[in-house]
Amino acid sequence: MDMPPPSSAVLSRRPAIVAGLRALLPADAVIDDPAETRAYECDALAAYRCPPLAAVLPRNTAEVAAVLRFCHQNGVPVVPRGAGTSLAGGSLPTADSVILGLARMNAVLETDYDNRFIRVEAGRTNLSVTGAVEAEGFFYAPDPSSQLACAIAGNVAMNSGGAHCLKYGVTTNNLLGVTLVTMVGEVVTLGGPWAETAGLDLLGVVCGSEGQLGVVTEATLRILPKPEGARPVLVGYASNEVAGACVSDIIKAGILPVAIEFMDRPCIRACEAFAHAGYPDCEALLIIEVEGSPAEIDEQLARITEIARRHNPVELREARDEDEARRIWLGRKSAFGAMGQINDYMCLDGTIPVSALPHVLRRIGEMSAEYGLEVGNVFHAGDGNMHPLILYNANQPGQLEKCEAFGADILRLCVEVGGCLTGEHGVGIEKRDLMDVQYAPADLEAQMRVKDVFDPKWLLNPAKVFPLQASAARRAG
Amino acid sequence: MRPASEAELAEMIRAAAAPLTVQGGGTRRLGPAGGAVLETGGLAGVRLYEPGALTLVAGAGTPLAEVEALLAGEGQRLAFEPPDLRGLLGRGGISTLGGVAAANAAGPRQVQAGGARDAMLGVRFVDGRGEVVKNGGRVMKNVTGYDLVKLMAGSRGALGVLTEVSLKVQAIPEAEATLVAGGLAAGPGLALLRAALKTPYDISGAAMAGGAAMIRVEGLAGSVAYRAGRLQAVLGGDWQVVEGADSAALWRDLRDVAAFAGRPGAVWRLVVKPTEAARIAAEAGGEAVFDRGGGLIWLLTDATADVRGAVGDAGHATLVRPLPGMTAPLLPPEAPAVAALTIGLRRQFDPRGIFTQGAA
Repeated sequence: MDMPPPSSAVLSRRPAIVAGLRALLPADAVIDDPAETRAYECDALAAYRCPPLAAVLPRNTAEVAAVLRFCHQNGVPVVPRGAGTSLAGGSLPTADSVILGLARMNAVLETDYDNRFIRVEAGRTNLSVTGAVEAEGFFYAPDPSSQLACAIAGNVAMNSGGAHCLKYGVTTNNLLGVTLVTMVGEVVTLGGPWAETAGLDLLGVVCGSEGQLGVVTEATLRILPKPEGARPVLVGYASNEVAGACVSDIIKAGILPVAIEFMDRPCIRACEAFAHAGYPDCEALLIIEVEGSPAEIDEQLARITEIARRHNPVELREARDEDEARRIWLGRKSAFGAMGQINDYMCLDGTIPVSALPHVLRRIGEMSAEYGLEVGNVFHAGDGNMHPLILYNANQPGQLEKCEAFGADILRLCVEVGGCLTGEHGVGIEKRDLMDVQYAPADLEAQMRVKDVFDPKWLLNPAKVFPLQASAARRAG
Repeated sequence: MRPASEAELAEMIRAAAAPLTVQGGGTRRLGPAGGAVLETGGLAGVRLYEPGALTLVAGAGTPLAEVEALLAGEGQRLAFEPPDLRGLLGRGGISTLGGVAAANAAGPRQVQAGGARDAMLGVRFVDGRGEVVKNGGRVMKNVTGYDLVKLMAGSRGALGVLTEVSLKVQAIPEAEATLVAGGLAAGPGLALLRAALKTPYDISGAAMAGGAAMIRVEGLAGSVAYRAGRLQAVLGGDWQVVEGADSAALWRDLRDVAAFAGRPGAVWRLVVKPTEAARIAAEAGGEAVFDRGGGLIWLLTDATADVRGAVGDAGHATLVRPLPGMTAPLLPPEAPAVAALTIGLRRQFDPRGIFTQGAA
């Protein structure tokens, strides 16, 4: 994985830079001991590592601004970091960059149930946002699988989704405002506790900008009343085509489940071996969940099972109680753990038009045979987000590269059928070199022009998102 | 000027030596006139429609009515219910998809489903340099690079001319019902709306007009009956239940601010923190229609004062229909740091200042 070579000018001034940071922050907020900076050398894309020049852990917006201003004055690149859970290498540093970690900024600043928002420091974990409001019967809807650990800052940077997003949208649909610090240390307020931003939607372009436009220190988030309850139904089919048709019919019938999960045979078998949830051995499995009161759940599930039966399932299982509901989800929720127990794996997240699923699964099966690497597929059938899980052996030389090549071919296929490279994880470094599969030079230029406005010197997380040749002139300064 | 294709549009913009005023159907005023008119009507036509995937792609010049009719034929609709403000604004014309996107138009269901920007999956546009740009696509989950779809939504034509818009659509629910309670003052009425929005009963409309509070629920028939009953129990008081077409008619009138159509006075559109709505409307004076649980206020007033004093830092206000001679700026003023970013973006996308809309 290519990264820009570190600036020798910056590296040679390391002691002065560290001293300058120490003058701005409390002693324990600046980390430069090599034994400790190693903790910041990678995120959840652990195959790529590089310790930063230093790491800082500011406690408030003013400290963040001071750090950015100082780094800007000294030409030091800055890589923001939430919880370091990125699967795309979003917070991978270079040796000349400073990691700016928000983990110590995790306070709840304001909760307002009458206006249905919560304002938090951006280092707060996703799940603890819901934690702060659940006693009053509210929740924060975007729920990535990493929600126990991931930070709101990262959610905003990547525009994270989650299992609930079919019904409730992703981060950008639930984000009302941010406090953003630009690379020159200017503090900008975007949006607020009201329904629409005025003027250009700067909040909308900041969300999903992968930490390249500014550092988000505070976020105003929409909170929603918790539904009365939820219940899943499990349906097994003998073919992927039929499963896809069932999903399409459910959507056309006007029912909006809160989640529609699809798993293919390799995934089902791995999950069953690991979790023993009692899944049928079939080609395609759907787990469909609906929300509401018990009567409303019954009404929706009656429609759904009627549609499901029309397609001749090999298995149809409704949950009669909490325990059965838990067991229906058990296999799906342990999918990644199950695959991980068999082997190392790479998780992709391309999105496809839902109608293209059978074709894409067939092609992935063909490529799996060509590459000699097994794949299991988990798919958010309601919104088209795929998670192919490619199994490989990290200890065997050449396997990682083969796995990456296979992954890249799958993502090219996603774009070819009208989808996109990434539905949830973001580009980071992982898909940087595939950006020109999806976007023409003019498309990338337009995006880079946005960064030119927010960060003309390209010091903020500069090596991400755009192919290095495309951004080279701008990064040279 | 009426380009028949995106390529022709790009050529026209490249060749433009003087400012252009982009016109869709002429139903909205998105910025000052004065430039050579560039019509988007030739950039029309539905390119893709997949009901089972809730996806529609159409040229930006496509009439909104055509899109809505096509969707209705499959029992679907645009969740964000774009308003028809011709009566309010005293304008004619035919609303286009590009205009809806450029204005980030939305009706009462914004409180639940978001605005146009939350339904837009992808855009194609030609910027002020005459370059064709695409962003997003036709799938709901897309975090590939920066979200210029959001940037273009509500940009009022300042950054480029939209040529194509991809939208997420919604199935029309089986049933709808609206609870109506009359004879309410703004404060108590809005408090009831806020209370309803805190329940788990999935409210898709919460408004107050003419002393009546209105709360809408939609979905399967049993669910709608259940939720209407539960809301009455939780909120207390006397509610009339209006269903089906009658309910839809109430919300269409509210969506289009029918209460102010054809009446003299300035019209303001205020986006505010809901708990401040009653106070702001009282201070601003005039007559108010409240939507989104109080998060949106339409104000009709014969005063020429700038109501932004009443709003303070609790939101922002747009002067939608000024009285002659009013000097208040039409668009909300921006904080200096935000204004600098806005100017920077306009310069990047329209370095020659081709789009008059950018000047507003």
